[in-house]
Amino acid sequence: MTALKSQAVTVIDYGIGNLLNVVRALQHCGAEVAVVDNATQVADLPDRLVLPGVGAFADGMLELKARGFDDLVKRFALTERPFLGICVGAQMLFDVGEEFGDHAGLGLIPGRVMPVPFVDLSGHVHRIPHIGWSALQKPVSRSSWKHTILDRIEQLEPMYFVHSFAPVPTHEEHRLADTYYNGVRICAAVASGSIYGCQFHPERSAQHGLDILSAFLAL
Amino acid sequence: MAGLRIIPRLDVKGDNLIKGIRLEGLRVVGDPHAFALRYYAQGADEIIFMDIVASLYQRNNLTSIIARAADQIYIPITVGGGIRSLNDVHTMLRSGADKVAINTAAIARPELISEVSNRFGSQCMVLSVEAKRTGPKTWEAYTDNGREHTGLDVVEWIERAVKLGAGEVLLTAVDQEGTRKGLDIELMRAVNARVSVPVIASGGFGDPLDLKRASDVGTSAIAIADALHWQRTTVGEIKLHARQQGLEVRL
Repeated sequence: MTALKSQAVTVIDYGIGNLLNVVRALQHCGAEVAVVDNATQVADLPDRLVLPGVGAFADGMLELKARGFDDLVKRFALTERPFLGICVGAQMLFDVGEEFGDHAGLGLIPGRVMPVPFVDLSGHVHRIPHIGWSALQKPVSRSSWKHTILDRIEQLEPMYFVHSFAPVPTHEEHRLADTYYNGVRICAAVASGSIYGCQFHPERSAQHGLDILSAFLAL
Repeated sequence: MAGLRIIPRLDVKGDNLIKGIRLEGLRVVGDPHAFALRYYAQGADEIIFMDIVASLYQRNNLTSIIARAADQIYIPITVGGGIRSLNDVHTMLRSGADKVAINTAAIARPELISEVSNRFGSQCMVLSVEAKRTGPKTWEAYTDNGREHTGLDVVEWIERAVKLGAGEVLLTAVDQEGTRKGLDIELMRAVNARVSVPVIASGGFGDPLDLKRASDVGTSAIAIADALHWQRTTVGEIKLHARQQGLEVRL
C-alpha cells in the first residue's frame, strides 16, 4: 500500500475550498506533502506538483494569478515532471472556461471547459451537478493506460464525480479516460506528456482513487 | 452514469452513534467510528454524520469523530447538525468533511446558503430538510429533529434554497424515520419534479423494492441508518438488491 520511499509532492493552496483531504490521501499513499499558498514559497521547482480545486473556474484563475501560481505551473510544465490537476484544478489546464462567462485558463492543454449537457442521450433533463460514482472508460484513441496515472486501474472502475462543468479537449489524444452520464460522454481524465488532470476526485474514490494517487507518486 | 448512491447515515449524540424512531426515543448503537469503517469496507458511496442535538445546544461535537474518520475513509463525508456560520463550515472542512448539511441555520437566515456556496462551492452546500406530512401531497419543513415547525412548505423551501446555491438536498421524511415502513416516495416525487439538483432520500428505508421506486421518481441517493445499524442488512446486500432491480450501483 505505502510507497517504499517517501515521495515529495507540493500541493498548491490557492485559498478556495478544501484541499486537506487531497493532502491526507497523498500522505496515506506515502507522500511527503508540502502545502504552499504563494509561489514565492517555492524556491526550486518541486519533483511533483498537485493542483486541487473546487469552486468556480474564474475565481480559481484569479487566485492562482494573485499568488503567482499561473507562472509557476507553466514553468513546471516545461520540466516534464509529473503534474496532477484535480477537478477545477484539471479544468484550469485548458484554454478557456465557460463558467460565468468565458475566462482564460492556463492554456497547457488545448480545449474548453464546458457545461455538462443538461439533457441525457434521449433528450430528457437529468440531474446537474453530476454527483456520484461513474465508470472510467478508455477513449478509442487510447490503447492502454500503462505508465500513466491510471496504470493500476481496470477499465470500467467507478470514480467519484461532483461537477457541473467538464473539459472538452480539442484533440482526442489528450483524453485519458471518458465516463458516460446517462449516455452523454464526459471527459474524465486528461493527459499531455507528464501533465495529468482528473475531473473526478481520486482522493474521494476509495481504494481505486488511492491507487491512482500512488501511481502518480510512482511516475 | 452516476448510479444510485447508498449512503449510511450516522446520527451522533456526544460520542455515541444513536438511533431513534421519528427522530425521538434515542438508543445508543455503538462507536460511530467503528460503524463508519465497517460501512466504508462494505462499499458505502459516502458517509453522513449528523450531530442530532447540536442545534439544541448550539454546538457541534463532531470534529474529533470526523478527523478520525477522515484519516481512514476515502469517500465523501457529509457533516450536519448545528452548523450556523461560515466559520463552522470551515471548522468542519478542516476536520475532514467534504460537505456540510444545514437545516436550522439556513431556515433562520437563507443567505447563509449563498455564502457557503460562494465560498466553498455549491457541491459543499447540502440543504438538509426535515419534512413532516401535513396532507396527501403537502409537507412542512421542521427543525431541531422534527420538534420545531417553521410554516414553510417543503417543496417551495427547497426550490428557493436551490436558487440560493444549495448543490444537493438531504430530504428526511420525519414520519417515516426509524420505522423501516418505507421511504416517502410521494415526497421524493414532489421535490424531484421541481429541482434538478440531486436529492438524497432519508427516513424509512427497509424494503429493497424502495430502491427502484425512489430511483424511478428521480432520487439520486438513499441515506440508510436503522436497517444498517442494527445489522439487518449490509451496504453490499442493498446494492445487490438494487442491481437485481436493474439499477446502476457501484459494487
